[in-house]
Amino acid sequence: MMFPVAGHEDFHPNMGSRKVRAATWNGIFLASTMVGVLALVTLVATLVDNCFGAVILQDAVALTDVSDAGKTLEGLDAPQLRQALQSAADQDLISPGRLAILERDGPLATRTAEDLRFLLIHEVLQPTVERAWGLTDTLFHSDEIARVKQEKFPDAELVFRSWITPDFLGRSQSRDVLLTGIRGAIIGSLIIILLAVCIALPVGVGAAIWLEEYAGNTRLNRFIQTNIYNLAGVPSIIYGMLGLSLFVRGLEGLTSGAWFGIEGVNGRTVFSAGLTLALLILPIIIINTQEALKAIPQSLRWSSYGVGATRWQTIWHHVIPAAGDRILTGTVFGVSRALGETAPLVVVGASAVLTLDPSGLFSKFTTLPMQVYTLSQQPQEEFKHLASAAIIVLMIILLGLNSVAIVLRGRMKKTKEAA
Amino acid sequence: MIADVETKALDLTGVNIHYGDFHAVKDLSMSYQTREITALIGPSGCGKSTLLRSLNRMNDLIAGTRTDGQVLFHGKNLYDPDVDPVQVRRWIGMVFQKPNPFPKTIFENVAWGARINGFKGDMEELVVTSLQRVALWDEVKEKLYKPALALSGGQQQRLCIARTIAVKPEIVLMDEPTSALDPISTAKIEDLLDELKKSYTIIIVTHNMQQAGRVSDKAAFMLTGVLEEFGPTDQIFFNPKNPKTEAYISGRFG
Repeated sequence: MMFPVAGHEDFHPNMGSRKVRAATWNGIFLASTMVGVLALVTLVATLVDNCFGAVILQDAVALTDVSDAGKTLEGLDAPQLRQALQSAADQDLISPGRLAILERDGPLATRTAEDLRFLLIHEVLQPTVERAWGLTDTLFHSDEIARVKQEKFPDAELVFRSWITPDFLGRSQSRDVLLTGIRGAIIGSLIIILLAVCIALPVGVGAAIWLEEYAGNTRLNRFIQTNIYNLAGVPSIIYGMLGLSLFVRGLEGLTSGAWFGIEGVNGRTVFSAGLTLALLILPIIIINTQEALKAIPQSLRWSSYGVGATRWQTIWHHVIPAAGDRILTGTVFGVSRALGETAPLVVVGASAVLTLDPSGLFSKFTTLPMQVYTLSQQPQEEFKHLASAAIIVLMIILLGLNSVAIVLRGRMKKTKEAA
Repeated sequence: MIADVETKALDLTGVNIHYGDFHAVKDLSMSYQTREITALIGPSGCGKSTLLRSLNRMNDLIAGTRTDGQVLFHGKNLYDPDVDPVQVRRWIGMVFQKPNPFPKTIFENVAWGARINGFKGDMEELVVTSLQRVALWDEVKEKLYKPALALSGGQQQRLCIARTIAVKPEIVLMDEPTSALDPISTAKIEDLLDELKKSYTIIIVTHNMQQAGRVSDKAAFMLTGVLEEFGPTDQIFFNPKNPKTEAYISGRFG
């Protein structure tokens, strides 16, 4: 024994085995954390790996066939580009009808060099992606890539490409890998989430206040409470089925806009999607708000009642401000859930292909996760890279929303503590 | 008869309080004189806090509580069906065991109760006088717009008293108001009670025998929900008639 204190013979400290057990558990907990970190790192690494890398671009028409002014497109100025387009038309590389349409959209004579270069690339040269590699292959197997290019595509161009480009964010869907974009999906996701939150937040907070502050502990209320907990665990596709039968079919007049004089649309609209996701996140918001209200000490309510406040004054002036930051956290949790949902929206009728942006409540819609799914199902290898790019965009939006919420929450907390 | 009613701030007859199956206060009748301090004493669980909360219908907020009997305030039974408990609490204020200021500024803490009760006078003056009456003004006049939660425990409790008297109640109920405070803060609040007594009827629950002896005019001893003895404090402490009171006061149990 370390200290020879008399009279403690009944105690056997067993320090050795206690320390071993402590160290073992310490190791297990650390290992669990590392598994989580590793999974996250792998996810991000895979996405980034797919999102950047070498590609072999093969032009259908060589630049030298239509222009003798220079070797590179960047070297050409506006008149030279116009000349190249004309020469392409002369050689029947672009149809006169197509040229007339372009001329009508905006006279070639007045278009900028950048615009003309874009036309020349996509209307005449029409490059296609022959092969694409991930970032690690590009960095570590460059000789192999160079060899493939030399052997199989000697007159193609080998470039380093980021699959997230301004065009990818800003253009609508197209069959062309180099031209397709996810603008419609981004807009669709944002409108639908906004709609879902606008519906679910007031209803959810209202229901939580009633359950927590007004409802007594009756059998009926306990039954309602249990069912709300169960609803939060219902698979999301079931919400999709509910949305389909209730909003798309049952309330088609409302969700298609027919009651408001909008014609020729069915119920598979932004409106139906927003309502469905609102139902999906409603139990999440109710439960989180209830937890937030439960966390407010009873003494705060009592102090308010003690000076002659009504129940509503107590809730409005003291309970809600004190719970605001937690309610917001719960809402963000719901939004994150809704933003990533795919299954219910497939059922409600998200479009796999949507070339027109959603413009209002009664438009057809698609969302980012839906696009990720569609892109990943394409047979061509290149679309896998686009799917990764779309996932990165989705995650950036998610992180953006979360950081806004964290900033807001911090500010609410600060005013709460300072006020 | 009218004079008699006027000197009784609250008049209780046959009050019984149940929590579910538990009979917490048993057939209790007593009255509190205006502008006096009455101390409720007795061992833990004897029903004194329950009784106190029944005097401004705070028990209504605890699920499963049932109160029978009569609590007359200005000749009106507080438990009549047409009585609004919100109005009761406005006339009969309460200070709690743990200081519980609102998470707002010091000024707002005092002003809020008055504002929701429709006070249309000079709010700043009301806040200043309320803080002066609890001897807190000199300590907080530089930081009226700072958070109340930054004050010390003793200051917070005096702020809670200021908040209560700012709505100009007739009766102030205090549920062990100093049990969470240090001796110096306790002494300040005891001094304050003597001053407040000039304007308000005060009913205080306390576990501290010395405190009950120091501050109260009358004392009521309760045991297992029964009012065992009620009388002038000196008599209760020095010449108790009930042997149970004597046993408790002399420290033989409780």
